[in-house]
Amino acid sequence: MSIAAKFEIEYLQYLDAEGKQVRDDLPEFAKNLDHMVELYKLMLSTRVFDAKSVALQRTGKLGTYASCLGHEAAHVGIGSAMKPEDVLAVSYREYGAQLYRGVQPREVYMYWGGDERGNDYQNEPARHDFAWSVPIATQCLHAAGSALAFKIRGEKRVAVCTIGDGGSSKGDFYGAINIAGAQNLPMVAVIVNNQWAISVPRKIQSGAPTLAQKGIAAGLYCIQVDGNDIIAVRKAMEDALERARNGEGGSVIEAVTYRLGDHTTADDARRYRGEQEVKDAWAKEPMKRLRNWLVAKKVWDDQKEEAWKAECDEWMDNEVNAYLETKTQPVTAMFDYTFAEVPADLAKQRDLVLSHENKGH
Amino acid sequence: MAQITLIEAVTQALAYEMKHDDSVVVLGEDVGVNGGVFRATQGLQEKFGELRVLDTPLDETTIAGVTVGLAVQGMKPVAEAQFEGFIYPMMEQIACHAARMRNRTRGRLTVPAVWRAPWGGGIRAPEHHSEANEHLFTNIPGLRVVLPSSPARAYGLLLAAIRDPDPVIFLEPKRIYRQYKEEVPDDGEALPLDVCFVLRDGTDVTLVTWGAQVKETLEAADELAKQGISAEVIDVATLTPLDFDTIAESVQKTGRCVIVHEAPKTAGFGAEIAARVAEECLYDLLAPVERVTGPDTHIPLFRLEMKYLPSVERVVEAVQRTLAAS
Repeated sequence: MSIAAKFEIEYLQYLDAEGKQVRDDLPEFAKNLDHMVELYKLMLSTRVFDAKSVALQRTGKLGTYASCLGHEAAHVGIGSAMKPEDVLAVSYREYGAQLYRGVQPREVYMYWGGDERGNDYQNEPARHDFAWSVPIATQCLHAAGSALAFKIRGEKRVAVCTIGDGGSSKGDFYGAINIAGAQNLPMVAVIVNNQWAISVPRKIQSGAPTLAQKGIAAGLYCIQVDGNDIIAVRKAMEDALERARNGEGGSVIEAVTYRLGDHTTADDARRYRGEQEVKDAWAKEPMKRLRNWLVAKKVWDDQKEEAWKAECDEWMDNEVNAYLETKTQPVTAMFDYTFAEVPADLAKQRDLVLSHENKGH
Repeated sequence: MAQITLIEAVTQALAYEMKHDDSVVVLGEDVGVNGGVFRATQGLQEKFGELRVLDTPLDETTIAGVTVGLAVQGMKPVAEAQFEGFIYPMMEQIACHAARMRNRTRGRLTVPAVWRAPWGGGIRAPEHHSEANEHLFTNIPGLRVVLPSSPARAYGLLLAAIRDPDPVIFLEPKRIYRQYKEEVPDDGEALPLDVCFVLRDGTDVTLVTWGAQVKETLEAADELAKQGISAEVIDVATLTPLDFDTIAESVQKTGRCVIVHEAPKTAGFGAEIAARVAEECLYDLLAPVERVTGPDTHIPLFRLEMKYLPSVERVVEAVQRTLAAS
């Protein structure tokens, strides 16, 4: 038998569920314990932020919200590996990556609280990132187009998109990785496989043993990592970003994690998955293992944990207050950004809406 | 000065803008070496290279989404949908992202992109190559929908579309791609968007149309003139945002309005114009508004397609009905 081509998918993990180091060749960034503490702190603040968001929704102060509980290692691993000049195109729950790049919690609250200004990220580098993309997988092609722009202009920048296990079933994802391979684009696609697309489990999305291998058909580098192990996520990202930046090709990274919360606050996951599965997933969640590892390295302890949590609480309270104090936009705001300038025909409709407003209806 | 066809005017506009603006890129299926299946991008890859005139993988969704990404990064992409009937996979990217990017980010990110597509029937093409579906785009806020109907307007409006800071759907009536030539100076002068063009002055009836149907409508006006009927002909050109004032002014003068388009009648863009005439010009009307359109069927395969498309005779008859009414 002659073989036309042969492939394999590497699996990468540094820390097991208990925080025990399973391999000795730690990447450079992980040898910098101050930096690892910083990453842990951002993961923790992401978790505090997320709990606050859900509480806001439950008390009627926020619309539907998509929680990121359990994704902290994957998201912070992605965001922290990127350079400021890179571009991030997310779906709608990658807050850990976005907070790292300067998105403010108040902006997240504004978006889910019914105000478009939440998408107008004020801080760089998030300001040049894409806004949340609700139509599944469409953002992958925005990353491919961005990567093509970088290639045309000769810029050493990389476009990163994130996608779920469900999203990796969509044509937009396949189209994006396909053109990234065909044109050798500086693009990295991260499948954050959290096992559930609302109520549909991973096994219904694809018969492929890994989702990472989808990138093989596109001619990209592919790797599956423990998505609850931030060292593994970050290392795979760094390698992928460097290759892409140097014109050596794009990548697909599958970060295997678990959606510990509901799909959104409008969902009730108890309808379709068992308690034992969720309990097992909690045993592998990302915070504990990194905390154990940092504690063993003597750079973290309960006192520091409590102090940082208190700081996060204060930060989030401040953000919540800023959000709650935000005045609703004037009714004409729905017209003002439809085009660069309001066309004459549309201006008549704006005037009509304004006259209704002035009459109080 | 050279006389050129409508399709050559498209090429001339693309070449002019690519030469004067490095951020303009063309992408699509077969747009490279082959110069597009209608030759709209003929010679561009030779001049501007494989990256700025990019043959994409054969996936319309990819073309549309990559176009959004390019535009957000400050490029001015001109994407080609090979035929209007193949534009449907692009619609999610156009409606959910291109058209609403500026609005949903409060102006932080914008999509200054153009989607070109050969549009309409009448060239004896295979199935799915003859659609007129402009009305599917005119109901999407944040989009400009432009249909040129002459070489000069194709040149000027395409330049305007590329330079516009917002997304534009540019539908090219392929039936008249090579129908006639006219002088089109390659001077980089754009025509205004959001403006209707009055192609012929008249006093008895206003004929409102766009795209390839401009041909039949002008011929009908000639025929009507022989009968002593003076028809004003308006090429809408930019369907949305609509310049209704030009139409209203004409209908107020003539008191009669006949709308001609080849797309299906129900909820075609003619319905919007008829509704506006009813809202703003009802007391000026001397006769009910008439619509001469394709029926609410799929355009037949080509043995019957000319029976589907509005004809000069049908336009003339409709005008005669409006005159008989008062």
